[in-house]
Amino acid sequence: MAANKILIVAEHAGGALNPSTAKCVTCARAIEDGEITVAVFATDGSSVAAQAAALQGVTQVLQIDNAANGHPLAAVLAPQIAALADGFTHVFGPSTTFGKDLMPRVAALIDTPQLSDIMAVESAHCFRRPIYAGNAIITVKVPADLKIVATVRTASFEAVADGGAASVEKRDVQVDLPTHTRFVEISAASSDRPDLQTARTVVSGGRALGSADGFRILYSLAEKLGAAVGASRAAVDAGYVPNDMQVGQTGKIISPELYIAVGISGAIQHLTGIKDARTIVAINKDAEAPIFEVADIGLVGDLFALVPELEKQLA
Amino acid sequence: MAKILVAIKRVVDYNVRIRLKPDGSGVATEGVKLSINPFDEIALEEALRMRDRGAAEEVIVASIGPAETQQQLRTALAMGADRAVLVQADAGAVVEPLTAARTLLALVEREKPQIVILGKQAIDDDNNQTGQMLAALWDRPQATFASTIELKDDKATVRREVDTGLETLEVDLPAVFTTDLRLNEPRYVKLPDIMKAKKKPLETVTFTDLGVTPKQQVEVSHYEPPPVRQKGVMVKDVAELVGALKKRGLV
Ligand SMILES: Cc1cc2nc3c(=O)[nH]c(=O)nc-3n(C[C@H](O)[C@H](O)[C@H](O)COP(=O)(O)OP(=O)(O)OC[C@H]3O[C@@H](n4cnc5c(N)ncnc54)[C@H](O)[C@@H]3O)c2cc1C
Ligand SMILES: Nc1ncnc2c1ncn2[C@@H]1O[C@H](COP(=O)(O)O)[C@@H](O)[C@H]1O
Repeated sequence: MAANKILIVAEHAGGALNPSTAKCVTCARAIEDGEITVAVFATDGSSVAAQAAALQGVTQVLQIDNAANGHPLAAVLAPQIAALADGFTHVFGPSTTFGKDLMPRVAALIDTPQLSDIMAVESAHCFRRPIYAGNAIITVKVPADLKIVATVRTASFEAVADGGAASVEKRDVQVDLPTHTRFVEISAASSDRPDLQTARTVVSGGRALGSADGFRILYSLAEKLGAAVGASRAAVDAGYVPNDMQVGQTGKIISPELYIAVGISGAIQHLTGIKDARTIVAINKDAEAPIFEVADIGLVGDLFALVPELEKQLA
Repeated sequence: MAKILVAIKRVVDYNVRIRLKPDGSGVATEGVKLSINPFDEIALEEALRMRDRGAAEEVIVASIGPAETQQQLRTALAMGADRAVLVQADAGAVVEPLTAARTLLALVEREKPQIVILGKQAIDDDNNQTGQMLAALWDRPQATFASTIELKDDKATVRREVDTGLETLEVDLPAVFTTDLRLNEPRYVKLPDIMKAKKKPLETVTFTDLGVTPKQQVEVSHYEPPPVRQKGVMVKDVAELVGALKKRGLV
């Protein structure tokens, strides 16, 4: 029997498994002598469970169907996960807003510490994680007799490929579920553009775009590139774009192949979100802007002239 | 009498570019500016507005930290909190989220607030855990990453900033809320308020007084700087940029 039994809480919506789960599996596979189980909480999780069972390295999928699991409420899921965690040495979730909301609640119920944003596995009980907006990396160790609850920093791991064939087992988890927390609605700023967290190319705009209208030149460029569109906090705060487009310490941490920062100064909180980008391009009219210190390719000038020009030349 | 409890942490100011000690044993905090965690200022601002709208009579701020944390608590009192509690920890002691949550739970049991507001994350350790842990231990609702909180009778409707957009939850009070950046813009402290704050009650208690045994379970063995990105190249125009992107196979 494996020494390390790892339970991963699947993130999903609308019947689709979120790629963050496949990233957690990659992290879990880095743990020696481990066996990986994925838990799917849903009203009817059959389709999501099948997707999870196809991930390489997964041994078993537990499908916990319950009418109360229709929307992922931490207060409802946590006691079920805590009950399920018996017999597991590790419980992992993604460092998305889903996992960040849920996993600390699980840890407290189990009475064990939680590790946030693990970016590397040193051993089954030793991990590395960023602090101070990624300006320091620490090595953390948890005593071997404690269960490890953690969120996995999704930008640090590639999604595992399909090709697995795990067994799917339906489980009944008997615990009292609270009714004090109720889901009302979710307003997704729907767009046809690629998802910010998984896109290969991301074009981001900052305060300099000046208005919601100003962002149009970025949407247009993004369309040409097949890119997702992101933003700095300043652009979100000013109401140019919705909150789910924010990149940074308190927004999304992303790792695209190409990141194009347009009219963004490069505050440390923003840079935290793009440290793992393969290539960073910066367009800014201020040659002294801190973004140029991290950019692989920099271009100084007025974005309102340069961005349309770039789109044209890409034709 | 409805009360609101706000948890604030003393952290290295967000404008400071931190430095690591050369031996990798920690972050240099000597002579560095320390402030209220920005998310906790937002938590306090929200509590003050709730009180001023009549949703509560009293706003209590609490912090777990070294004696010097009194400075940040005084600032919180100057912002408008009614009283403060410092749970004094040894200088340099690490207060893990589970210990912070247990300590806050002890204060919750003592003060019986209707509403508890925390920041979503402390910007030093970036843990993003304490509010959720407190809600679990207290067996009450949590509404994290809040960008609006509306109170009505014994319920709250909260809009939360999540990866896919904005989620709305309804929770029964008492409940725990954690703040996102867009919940509000904290007020500035005015000089006369700083004078007034000196007369407001600031109580200091110990873990033992609260019946809490602080635990450090996660051992931090090493601090290192993140890998640095190589400084790149500057291009002179769009044509050159497109050329560089093509050469890298990116477009
Ligand atoms: C606790 C905390 C958390 C935070 N989290 C985040 C986060 O997650 N993400 C984030 O982004 N920020 C975050 N911030 C905010 C961050 O500190 C900065 O304030 C923010 O990133 C600035 O956004 P900006 O670069 O768009 O705006 P600015 O700093 O105002 O920069 C605008 C840039 O545009 C350039 N410019 C202006 N006009 C033009 C033009 N015509 N053509 C070309 N360039 C032009 C200027 O030279 C300037 O460099 C956080 C702050 C705090 C305190
Ligand atoms: N030592 C502490 N004293 C008071 N409040 C704290 C402390 N640590 C964490 N908190 C609260 O919990 C929030 C989240 O912190 P963390 O879980 O450490 O990221 C902070 O924004 C504070 O509101």
